[in-house]
Amino acid sequence: MTLESMQPMLSELSVLLVPATAHGGGAASHGAAAVSEAIAAGPWFAMFIPLFPLLAAVVCGLFAFTRRYDPKRSKIPGWCCVLGLLLSFVTSVAVISRIGHDTLQVTIFEWIASGSLQADFAFYLDPLTSIMLLVVTGISTLVALYASEYMSGDRGYARFFAFIGMFVFAMTCLILADNLVLLYLGWEGVGLCSYLLIGFYYEKPSAVAAAKKAFIVNRIGDLGFALGIMLTYMEFGTVEFAPLFQALSGHSPESVSGSVQIIPFLLMLGAFGKSAQLPLYVWLPDAMEGPTPVSALIHAATMVTAGVYMIARLAPLFVLSPYALPTVAWIGGLTALFAATIGMAQYDMKRIFAYSTVSQLGYMFMGIGVLSATGAVFHLFTHAFFKALLFLGSGAVMHGFAGQLDIRRISGLRKVKGWGVVTWTMLVGCLALAGFPFLSGFFSKDTILAQAFVTPGYGFTILGFMGLFTALLTAYYTFRLFFRVFLGPQRYEPGDEHHADDDGGHGHEAEHFHPHAPGWAINLVLTILALGAAFSGYVGVFGGEEHGWFGGMMHASTGNAVTESLAASHGADGHAAGEAAGFWADPHKWMMAVSAVIGLVGILIAWYFHLLNRQAADRLKERVRPIAVLLENKWYVDEGYDILIRKPLRMAGYVFYLIGDTIIINGLVALGGAIPRLIGSTIKPMQRGILHGYGLGMAAGLCAVLAIMWWLIQVGVT
Amino acid sequence: MQPISIISLNAYLLVSAVLFALGLIGFLTRRNLIIMFLCTELMFQAAAIAMIAFGAYHMDIQGQVFLIFVLTVAAAEAALALALVVALYRRRNSLDAEVWSEMSG
Repeated sequence: MTLESMQPMLSELSVLLVPATAHGGGAASHGAAAVSEAIAAGPWFAMFIPLFPLLAAVVCGLFAFTRRYDPKRSKIPGWCCVLGLLLSFVTSVAVISRIGHDTLQVTIFEWIASGSLQADFAFYLDPLTSIMLLVVTGISTLVALYASEYMSGDRGYARFFAFIGMFVFAMTCLILADNLVLLYLGWEGVGLCSYLLIGFYYEKPSAVAAAKKAFIVNRIGDLGFALGIMLTYMEFGTVEFAPLFQALSGHSPESVSGSVQIIPFLLMLGAFGKSAQLPLYVWLPDAMEGPTPVSALIHAATMVTAGVYMIARLAPLFVLSPYALPTVAWIGGLTALFAATIGMAQYDMKRIFAYSTVSQLGYMFMGIGVLSATGAVFHLFTHAFFKALLFLGSGAVMHGFAGQLDIRRISGLRKVKGWGVVTWTMLVGCLALAGFPFLSGFFSKDTILAQAFVTPGYGFTILGFMGLFTALLTAYYTFRLFFRVFLGPQRYEPGDEHHADDDGGHGHEAEHFHPHAPGWAINLVLTILALGAAFSGYVGVFGGEEHGWFGGMMHASTGNAVTESLAASHGADGHAAGEAAGFWADPHKWMMAVSAVIGLVGILIAWYFHLLNRQAADRLKERVRPIAVLLENKWYVDEGYDILIRKPLRMAGYVFYLIGDTIIINGLVALGGAIPRLIGSTIKPMQRGILHGYGLGMAAGLCAVLAIMWWLIQVGVT
Repeated sequence: MQPISIISLNAYLLVSAVLFALGLIGFLTRRNLIIMFLCTELMFQAAAIAMIAFGAYHMDIQGQVFLIFVLTVAAAEAALALALVVALYRRRNSLDAEVWSEMSG
């Protein structure tokens, strides 16, 4: 889709940019006059944010089509992609510095204008966009740099970077969009790139199956999203954010119709699909079939957080239903707990982190559901750093140990030469994920958990305790992995990508196998991300009154609608009173102590079972075997879906095949064939094969012609 | 040259019609392939006579032109048809048309 649709776009860019730049802060050149009065025009060069990745994608795509390009010898596509994403990041920083705490709008060109439906290729720039831009362009640049080494020598090197560029283009469109249609375009674009990259190793049947699963499960969510957009247009007559928020501003849950209250439920279905929440989370763990940089970028840091972004962006719509955000909170809380329990019992490093991602996304939804958009987006921000780090670290292990990901078959990496950077950065990432005090995950998780105790709502306190318990599980499974893989006695076996002939011998593989330590690009990226994982939490502590600089940013964005709704729900007293009443009365303060203790307890449990006394873990597993088997098999959810959904669908398909195809359609076709056959069988006896018969027929015909002519002459027709 | 009268035209046409009827009856009643073939020739000549007669009546050379063509075609067709008859005879050792009746629907 992009290539064909970009051609007119590129040619129109130059034309349409003129009014946007020339008029500056004045009215835009068309349609949206009312909007541009309310919202100042943003910097024109914002268009380069999606353009650079797109150009990189086109260049890499050309390389992928060139037969003369040999991925074994040059890394040009990788560098092109890194450069494109870096330029996009630099542009983003420039744009962000212009945004500050304002809301700006940039119209690049008129895209869809049909009657009252106006959807331009235009950007809506507010602090929420700024944060997402930082995450998306920043992390993607780092991941591309990492991948330039990680993917080297792969046959699809250029194709990989073309897809990555396309992904960043779609993702920036998603977060920059100033209307629901453009947001949906980006939404589907990232879904497509996700599909293409999960199925990157398309010769592997499991990768193809995982790609299809991701795409199909997302269709269920996207159907809801699409219906939500249509219903929004029907109710409010616009899909652009600015007029939409203007129309919503005067409303409260009591003053809107029932169908408006359905919109958030349809939209959240899309968010649950994209962000892998119950019951649509099943695709994300399977998505780990893709190359590890893809898992880090798309399936941990950026794309899967699109659902959280979408709810924060459309928060003014979500607060119009009294049940929408509590539903989001409960789904998020349940997903967090559920995925964490599965993560505890997995043995594949990437799968553990995949379930961890599902779980952390659950936290984000819980955060926005308990009316802390700040906490949700803050957690999104810090999670992007530490989860990308964890994935890239396990990717380095997988790369170095020939695809080995099983935490039972690899141990004591700390002592292997060349793996120091990976070990230490992984430690930082694991500590951040486990909520270790004063690392990034600690602050963001606490913001969410504390808010669950502050906000009055449908069992939010229970949700808060569930969140705390999940934090314990998180700390446990994270350090289970860390202690198993990086500490303990040094012992490793290569994975299934290792072949004995690689090192020329026929001897015992494990003896001849030499792990391949990561190079400078991987180590550099891991170090930068580790710094982010360690310190990115401080933007939510310093630089502002409530939740630091981050709180200030979120306060100025559309996510603020939930905060206002919180203030309205308990008369603006709850939070303020809590702050005044000292340490133990304010959950935002005691939560830090409680969750720090919980995190440490989780780490200690993991330390005992997986470092100090590994046999104890096995004994414990024997004693709770049914539970362990249940968790190892992911609560049999995939099997349950198979029985409840796939089998009945297959059955229905078979029934329809029998009735519809074999009886109705085949019957119609057979009827169509039977009619000529019937006609044939009636006149067939005339062809008797007896010469005299034909002769008689000819004579009879002749007589008939003569008779008719004679009759015609008689009646006077000459 | 004078055109022939309507009376002698009728006589010619009568001869032609009788010949044609004889040919037709022969074709429909006889079972010997050679006889049937001769009967078709008879019908040819009937038509040729009718054309000559009309040509003479209308003072039109085309009747005779057509006759020449008919004779040519008849000669060629006779050679072909007799060859076919010989081939058919060799297959079945019979000149009976009834033995060739497989082509029934």
